[in-house]
Amino acid sequence: MISGVFCMSDQTAIKCEHVSIRYITGDFKSIGLKEYVIRRLTGNYHVKEFWADKDVTFTLNKGDMLGIIGSNGAGKSTLLKAVTGIMVPTGGKITVHGNIAALLELGSGFDGDMTVRENTYLRGALLGYTRKFLDEKYDEIIRFAELEDFQDYMFKQLSSGMKSRLAFSIACLVHPDILILDEVLSVGDGAFRKKSGAKMQEIIQGGVTAILVSHVMPQVRELCTKILWLDHGKQVCFTDDVQHTCDAYEEFLARGKKAKVPRKQEQIDALAEAYQQRLADAAAQKEKEKETGMYQTV
Amino acid sequence: MSKPAAKKQNKLVTSVRKYQFMFEELVKRDFKQRYKRSILGMAWSILSPLLTLLVMRVIFTEFLGKDIPHYTIYLFSGNIVMSYFRESTRNGMRSLTSNAKIFTKINVPKYLFLLSKNVSALVNFGLTLIVYFAFCGIDHIKFTPKMFLLVYPSVCLLVTCIGIGAILSAMYVFFEDTSYLYDVVLTLLNYMSAIFYSVDSLSKHLQTAFLFNPVYVYIKYFRVIVIDGIVPSLSYHLLCLFFPVFFLSIGMYIYRKYNTQFLYYL
Repeated sequence: MISGVFCMSDQTAIKCEHVSIRYITGDFKSIGLKEYVIRRLTGNYHVKEFWADKDVTFTLNKGDMLGIIGSNGAGKSTLLKAVTGIMVPTGGKITVHGNIAALLELGSGFDGDMTVRENTYLRGALLGYTRKFLDEKYDEIIRFAELEDFQDYMFKQLSSGMKSRLAFSIACLVHPDILILDEVLSVGDGAFRKKSGAKMQEIIQGGVTAILVSHVMPQVRELCTKILWLDHGKQVCFTDDVQHTCDAYEEFLARGKKAKVPRKQEQIDALAEAYQQRLADAAAQKEKEKETGMYQTV
Repeated sequence: MSKPAAKKQNKLVTSVRKYQFMFEELVKRDFKQRYKRSILGMAWSILSPLLTLLVMRVIFTEFLGKDIPHYTIYLFSGNIVMSYFRESTRNGMRSLTSNAKIFTKINVPKYLFLLSKNVSALVNFGLTLIVYFAFCGIDHIKFTPKMFLLVYPSVCLLVTCIGIGAILSAMYVFFEDTSYLYDVVLTLLNYMSAIFYSVDSLSKHLQTAFLFNPVYVYIKYFRVIVIDGIVPSLSYHLLCLFFPVFFLSIGMYIYRKYNTQFLYYL
């Protein structure tokens, strides 16, 4: 399964070099063919370009867990699509070493009028599993998703939590070299979340390389060994100083829309420092409130 | 065999096997989708052309069918080819958009969706062919080994439908109104394929113009073999071959060129 052994060191799993991805947003779809022809003829047709990612560079070694952070529209999902090969970068190069399992927006793409069993096989097949593998793993998948009693239900009859649980289980019971997770760790109810988190840990500790997109900062802090911060498609930083960068990012978020995107390491440092300061202030404030509260009760 | 070559072949074998399973599951799904929607299921796909045939037979025999021998089979030949073409290309047109949720999330070859839609249309065509031959028997048409030649126009038609489906599916991604426009084209094609009339009374030039229509060309092949019992000329066979080559090349070119761009528009 592993290809491209040459020209890469054995330790490198993913290499992203100056990757840029451009979207074209002409209004094809809404105007239709007739209108398109007329606009083309009258020279009234315009295409808008939009760079979802601009000059992103990072390298992951085997066993790394990369967290990608950034607000909505930062180009995180687009970058993941390029890594999985769904999209081709407009510029730059992505080299991937090993087979990838990607968990992108899990719930979609199932067929509501087919049973859980049929959907499991279809999804498994689309993910590139063999029939033999699925035959072996089917029971395990259903058990993990806790859907033993629902195997012959129509997919549309399941609750949305059940749907995501199934999707998660199908995608996770392989042992990929590279695992890509787009906002999927918050699947299901509390108990399942615990289980899926444990499963993730198990896979990660098994030496898999993973990329995680998440807005849940404690999760990122806990799991990731490297951080890539994107803002409007541009790379703010790529570093293995996870806690420090997360501090800066949280401070950046707390400052709201007006905050300037840091461009230099010093600015990131300043943000992180301000965050620590704010934490300390908040703690002091709480202490004070506690005291006054006690005073009031007396 | 040298080692890298063996490795390459091995890789090819695994990739074919991998896509084979994917393809089988997609075909299964398309079948279930197709037959779950109507209560009669498979029976309907046979009943529906028969009803069309009945209505046309009753209405047109007096006006147009008097001078045409075996008019029922004449009509039936036209109907099965046209309805296969219609279903296959229409389904093909939707193959990308209806699977958008899958291929924008998972990296899979997109042509598989198109091919799997064509398989279910083809099976349906096979079912109606059985009824067609039953009617041939009722209409006292002699069965000859020449009828095996019908495999040739059927395969050409299949590949033509795949090619046209590829072109349409790409267009449908880019332009929402493709389906309306194509319905108009299909209606026109229905009247231009000499399904219920004969072209004999038309001028020579007009008769030649009919040969630009693949549906007519394949209908004619069926009629010549089944009703007249004659094997068409070599040049006619070449004409039959032209359409699949032509449409499939364009379709493949479009898929290659726009393969990575489809998802911008979905």
